[in-house]
Amino acid sequence: MEHIAWMAWTLPTAIFFVMLSLTLGVMTWLAAAYPEAERVGVLRIPTTRGDRLFISLVLAAVIHLLWIAFVGIDSIATLPIGEGVEISSLWLATVISLVSAVAVFRTV
Amino acid sequence: MDKTINQKAWFLVLPVFLVVAFSAILPLMTVVNYSMQDTFGNNQFFWNGVGWFKELLDPSTDLGGRFLASLGRNLLFSAIILAIEVPLGIVVALSMPRDGWSVAACLVILALPLLIPWNVVGTIWQIFGRPDIGLLGYTLNSLGINYNYVSNEFDAWATVIVMDVWHWTSLVALLCYAGLKSIPDAYYQAAQIDGASRWAVFTAIQLPKMNRVLLIAVLLRFMDSFMIYTEPFVVTGGGPGNSTTFVSIELVKIALGQFDLGKAAALSLVYNLIILIVCWVFYTVMTNAGAERPVKQGAE
Repeated sequence: MEHIAWMAWTLPTAIFFVMLSLTLGVMTWLAAAYPEAERVGVLRIPTTRGDRLFISLVLAAVIHLLWIAFVGIDSIATLPIGEGVEISSLWLATVISLVSAVAVFRTV
Repeated sequence: MDKTINQKAWFLVLPVFLVVAFSAILPLMTVVNYSMQDTFGNNQFFWNGVGWFKELLDPSTDLGGRFLASLGRNLLFSAIILAIEVPLGIVVALSMPRDGWSVAACLVILALPLLIPWNVVGTIWQIFGRPDIGLLGYTLNSLGINYNYVSNEFDAWATVIVMDVWHWTSLVALLCYAGLKSIPDAYYQAAQIDGASRWAVFTAIQLPKMNRVLLIAVLLRFMDSFMIYTEPFVVTGGGPGNSTTFVSIELVKIALGQFDLGKAAALSLVYNLIILIVCWVFYTVMTNAGAERPVKQGAE
């Protein structure tokens, strides 16, 4: 691990990137295994699954940033694990992002 | 009819992906890691969660105040240079000769500013504008205009804007000229037969035909001006005060001046996101503006 110390890895960022690369891997496999045609949705631009994923990810980033800026990151609940794990309200932004991702994939 | 597309050719992109992974993706991952932590050097990091992002987006904090102020300055700068360079570029392109030896001469002269490296442009204007030895600064002061870009905010802004216009209007002009050249003579002949005025030719033929190149010009100039660093850094160093400190200058101050890697990483990610969104919007508009035409022609 010494040689990647400069990258300053943490468990949360590692989980984030593993999930991101898994998503990209699955999307790549999907594109090769089940090719699809472009489709025109509510944005009136032709999009593929990859485009819709990109839009969802960018939207998720914007939603999280707006949430941090206007709502904040105070804890909303405490899980009864060990000394109590606090749940930040930012998880609500994650839920909204997931819902918006589903909406993007269905309508855009 | 739905046509399926074979996506297997994308696997050929793999070698490029590996190169990009080393030059861009790994460094970007590191920036994401930094943005969640604080460090006091010596490769020791402390978890800070989204704390830097919260500070960055809160105008009442030092970091947020500086970021939002520099972002505002940057947007104002981009808006001003676009408002000057695009119309000026069109005018220059329209007044260029259409054929003969003078075309080559014009193209060479127009291309000259584009060939000069950013820091050299900065140095040229830094010296050009100095009130004691610079041609521009000395002349203006001799005429009784009190001009000093080191101490006066308005003069600093004017210098940086005029410098950018001098450096990049050529690009807009060359793109527009290429667009104008691609208009077939038949359009002009038809306009002449109809007795169209010069203005009508411009609004009904030239401007619509330049649509796409103008979009490219606006995209390029916006992105470039939004990421501007070298020229204002060399001329004004972000001053006087913070008046010409644009986002990239602020970023370098935080990252290398103060060595606040966490704050700088959070700032770069938000900066990156803004650029990514603008790029995507422009790219989508551009590709679809071109894609719509053949469909319409096919349907007619």
